[in-house]
Amino acid sequence: MPDRTAEVADRDAPSASSTPSVPSAGRTSVRPAGGGPGGRRRTGSQWRKRLEILFFTAPALILFTLFVVWPIIKAVQFSFYRWKGFGPLVDFVGLKNYVSVLQNDVFIGALEHNLIVVVMSIVLQLPLGLAIALLLNRRMRGQGTLRTIIFVPYVLAEVIAGVVWFQLLQPQYGVIDTLLGAVGLHGPEQGFLGTPKYALMTVIVVLTWKYLGLAVLLFLAGLQSVPDELYEAAQIDGAGWWETQRRIAIPLLGPTIRTWAFLSMIGSLQLFDMVWILTGGGPANATTTMATFLVTEGTKRHNFGIASAASVILFVVALVLALTYQRFVLRRDLQPSRTHKAKKVTR
Amino acid sequence: MTAAVLTEPATPGQSGTHRTRRRAFGGGNPIVYGLALVVVAVTVGPVLYGVLGGFRTNAQLAENPAGLPDPWVLTNYAKVLTSGTFWQYALNSTVIAVTTTAIVVVFGIMAAYPLARYQFRGREQLFLVFVLGLLFPVTVAIIPLFILVTGSLHLGNTWWGVALPQAAFALPMTVVILRPFLQALPDELEEAALLDGASRIGFFWRILVPLSGPGMVTVGVLAFVGSWNAYLLPLLLLQGDMKTLPLGVADFSSEHASDTAGVFAFTTLAMIPALVFFLAMQKRIVNGLQGAVKG
Repeated sequence: MPDRTAEVADRDAPSASSTPSVPSAGRTSVRPAGGGPGGRRRTGSQWRKRLEILFFTAPALILFTLFVVWPIIKAVQFSFYRWKGFGPLVDFVGLKNYVSVLQNDVFIGALEHNLIVVVMSIVLQLPLGLAIALLLNRRMRGQGTLRTIIFVPYVLAEVIAGVVWFQLLQPQYGVIDTLLGAVGLHGPEQGFLGTPKYALMTVIVVLTWKYLGLAVLLFLAGLQSVPDELYEAAQIDGAGWWETQRRIAIPLLGPTIRTWAFLSMIGSLQLFDMVWILTGGGPANATTTMATFLVTEGTKRHNFGIASAASVILFVVALVLALTYQRFVLRRDLQPSRTHKAKKVTR
Repeated sequence: MTAAVLTEPATPGQSGTHRTRRRAFGGGNPIVYGLALVVVAVTVGPVLYGVLGGFRTNAQLAENPAGLPDPWVLTNYAKVLTSGTFWQYALNSTVIAVTTTAIVVVFGIMAAYPLARYQFRGREQLFLVFVLGLLFPVTVAIIPLFILVTGSLHLGNTWWGVALPQAAFALPMTVVILRPFLQALPDELEEAALLDGASRIGFFWRILVPLSGPGMVTVGVLAFVGSWNAYLLPLLLLQGDMKTLPLGVADFSSEHASDTAGVFAFTTLAMIPALVFFLAMQKRIVNGLQGAVKG
């Protein structure tokens, strides 16, 4: 919207010098020597501006095109061929790779696992994160230190967290089984990660441990941006702590929660590192994800066509989810901010 | 909204609101502290167990997995620190992370500048290209990337081969964070500079870049941590002496699976740099993430 009006303003500028109030309405920044008469200087500065834009954006665009856009286009192309990674791309198979991926039980299982992780991450982390954020948002000693500590797992590499948890979860000798034994419980014979029934749930618990800190941090920031007057007003009206949180803090946290959930979902769909370290997708494919599937197909079996089809499907799933979410959930948050910005500009 | 990124200098005001909050709700009762303690125990427990486990022997770990080091042994840590491979991996991780960060920050701010402060046709579409880039994880493009880097560019098993794609994939987030940041700088600054005869490029170098220090540090820290912790791309591209710490940790863990104490020592040492970096840059990381969500 703003660039359109500016474009109009540009075209009008030379002739409309007598009525300067109209074009300047939609502008957000001032251009140099723009108001000056004389068409030649104007086109010169237009060219100069274009060169500047090119100069500033070219490095990023080249890098982005070479390493992001190009590989993604290639992935789409590979997905239509049967190709083992050497020789020319000649064996065009149409949609066969997609059909075989979508008929592959392992991939369908992987897709299910991804969706379970998407749902469970939110189901577990939202209430826990909210509870901890509300807890930390009270007056207490060492609040800053607590916040730092809770954030530590998020900063660790997934690989490092995974290796530590892998050791903790070792059957019999691991500390988790030992602690369970101390209270009279028995872990499964093959360990939590080695038993198909428990493996995925265990991975989800470790992921919750790893990513809860991010939820807490974001929620806490949202809570602290709630104006104190609202709390005070609620208190004057006789609301207790819990009621104040429920009626004021949590509703005001809405936009933060919705954006966090979005990031969490996208991350869950791309899950790779933690699974690769903890289980490698096993036991008996109980924890495969779309990412582990495509890496296994691509690097171990050299089925580049199949792997590429899987990666395109992964992207489409993420895109559909993102667009749906944007359409139905995030829109509410984006709308007011846009009107707010527009107000700021017109002012 | 973007103020979240910019409120950095306004900390005195923030602590002021804290004080009123404290008066408003005095809730530091024992139950709260107790709950907080449980949360802390669950959060740091595994990490601490790993650190302490490195000071124990495998015999100690097998005999009493839940015990404390008794006696404390330093051999596990000493072995890792004198091994050479650890330092080689740490060097690789550092060089790749620094290169990635430098590219992301320089290219990112350059691209964000016209997107934020120039008026031109197609500006929003160009910005949309970067926003869409957020939706493409490296996973989607990993197979062609592997072929591109090792085959066409002959950068397989090199620092550049990992740093360049990582920087490219970090660019969208960088541009998305930096653009509102640059937009928020007051127009009066630009007007004044241009009145004083500065060109827009001069304005960029002399005024915009110095003023956007906090924003650049934020995106730089995010890029650094992302690169430092990356696994998938290095896994496919790096072998032997070129491996990064996460690869080294994973390898060590699978090759010395029975040497639990050794694994703990190696893992602990590998997490120290990230932890120190985090503690030093905590405010930036926190601001960056919050800015990304609120921006």
